[in-house]
Amino acid sequence: MTAALDVKGLTTRFDTRAGTVTAVDDVSFSVEPGRIMGLVGESGSGKSVTGFSILGLIDEPGRVTGGQVMVEDTDLRTLSPDALRSMRGRKVSMVFQDPMMTLNPVLRIGDQMAMAVQVHEAMPKAKALERARDALGTVGIPSPEERLAAYPHQLSGGMRQRVAIATALLHGPAVIIADEPTTALDVSIQGQILAEVRRLADETRTAIVWITHDLAVVSSLADDICVMYAGKIVERGTAEEVIGQPRHPYTRGLLDSVPGQHEPGARLPQIPGSTPQLSHLPSGCPFRNRCPRATQVCATLPPFTSIGGHSVLCHHPLEAS
Amino acid sequence: MTDPLLVIDHVSKRFPLKATLGDKLTARLSGRRAGGAVHAVTDVSLTVAQGEVVGIVGESGCGKSTLGRIASGIYAPTEGSVMLDGQPIASGREEHVNKLTTRVQMIHQDPFASLNPRMKVGETISEGPRTHGLVPASEVRATTRALLDQVGLEGAYADRFPHQFSGGQRQRIAIARALAMQPDLLVLDEAVASLDVSIQAQVLNLFLDLRRDLGLTALFISHDLSVVRHVCDRVAIMYLGRVVELAPADELYAKPEHPYTQALFTSVPTLGTGRRAFVPIKGEIPSPIDPPPGCAFHPRCPFAGPRCRTEIPRLSDAGANRSVACHLNDGGVEEQGVAA
Repeated sequence: MTAALDVKGLTTRFDTRAGTVTAVDDVSFSVEPGRIMGLVGESGSGKSVTGFSILGLIDEPGRVTGGQVMVEDTDLRTLSPDALRSMRGRKVSMVFQDPMMTLNPVLRIGDQMAMAVQVHEAMPKAKALERARDALGTVGIPSPEERLAAYPHQLSGGMRQRVAIATALLHGPAVIIADEPTTALDVSIQGQILAEVRRLADETRTAIVWITHDLAVVSSLADDICVMYAGKIVERGTAEEVIGQPRHPYTRGLLDSVPGQHEPGARLPQIPGSTPQLSHLPSGCPFRNRCPRATQVCATLPPFTSIGGHSVLCHHPLEAS
Repeated sequence: MTDPLLVIDHVSKRFPLKATLGDKLTARLSGRRAGGAVHAVTDVSLTVAQGEVVGIVGESGCGKSTLGRIASGIYAPTEGSVMLDGQPIASGREEHVNKLTTRVQMIHQDPFASLNPRMKVGETISEGPRTHGLVPASEVRATTRALLDQVGLEGAYADRFPHQFSGGQRQRIAIARALAMQPDLLVLDEAVASLDVSIQAQVLNLFLDLRRDLGLTALFISHDLSVVRHVCDRVAIMYLGRVVELAPADELYAKPEHPYTQALFTSVPTLGTGRRAFVPIKGEIPSPIDPPPGCAFHPRCPFAGPRCRTEIPRLSDAGANRSVACHLNDGGVEEQGVAA
């Protein structure tokens, strides 16, 4: 099957006072229609910048310096600004963490959704509103007709995020990039949205990139997982493989530090040190000064190697347990 | 058995809403009183024994943070009382601050907001003990360094400013500041919620070490069920201002009794549960300004019956040190007629 989204060698750099830092470093992955890819990492790992880079939403002082972003048969990186704008929201849409920032607070839900329809397809407003209403129904919003007349402040956080997802769905995009969309929500509301998103991916065959720091969320939602560290993808595979049989020492450390799977009150296994600053990365493997398995060879960048069905950026990958 | 260190007794907290001009007009025209109130905490009773860590879990708006602030003496309860070691906790600025207030120390969620950016870390840590004369001036520097050492930071960091530290390090500094007051009770309000998972593990380990070494007593407020499971002895589950279930952590996690607790557990994705292995709770959290009548959870509860719509369930004993506020554990959900 051809991938809905195929990212190859994506690289994004930022010019800072401390020099040029590479926030996204040679990132490659692909997502097939109807699959959900969890892009996991801690703060500063580059997971959100990857999402923005795919859509060409990087502002000065940052710039995408290399790579290719294929959506169906088009390389987004080669498009003119106008052509790219016509792709955004139509072929590729994005859902952000804070729905209050996405939605215009002074426009009714129906008006702003109709606008999002009409910007890509000329049609009468009544017809655009109909499309908006149907999209609201698709994401499980009760009485969508009434919601069209509501302002964002009249809706709860969970409802607003559903509106944002419905807006992303308006043109039946091939790809949705969702950046921490449930992080600000309560767990019971998060559960509802995760269930809806899973159903949408299965039914609409939309490919979804789900960017999050929450391993538990991706382990129950995603089909595939990419783990990012210091701008690089360090491990890539199916959710079962990455969560069940992690091969990269960082993935292993990250999974082990989640409480709830250990004897209560016992010390948690912890990764020493703190997340690195991109301007002060060690040479070679970026994880090596925190890694229990590091040796001299780690001073050179390891190749991406395939083992047991998934890929790892490591000189000393863990054995299957 | 000795008396518990902290006794929260039938505490309620309501925040009056400021009436708008429109509200006042309608009220005057209709002859009713203007303005409602946010029912943040309603009729909560809870004890914390010396050396015990009690978790308070709930979603936003359930009143867990308000309860923490009442326990710290920052808010005065609208009804009920809070006693620390048999004496009432001084409430905010309403009564003159006595020494008792300093015996409860809080650790907040956001270490970027809770440290004064213009004060050196050492000054921040030693300000409390200096103000209250806990440490002689000549020993301030040494005790500050000892505290930094205790939370896993170098003594030399005392001369640095907060912006020079990462989030995890700042949270360590906030812990050192709290410990500097030699508190009897710590109130941790989402103290690890803003940290990355690898850093969160480090701070939780620090808390466990300190607990073992110092015999800390704490209220541990969190929305994260797995964090609470790891550090707490007993856990109170709150929903819309009330405690709906209170039990030893082992028993609560082995067999949640209240339908809300059950729903909460199943709707949280956990590691390795596999695809779609969670069942979301239907509906949304109701507004604490206008809570539903009867049991606040009944509009979302799969077991609700007619009684749940009218009668508020009391938190009552359900055996094995567990209390549950649910009609299922107290005569059933049908209307209580003559038979009851």
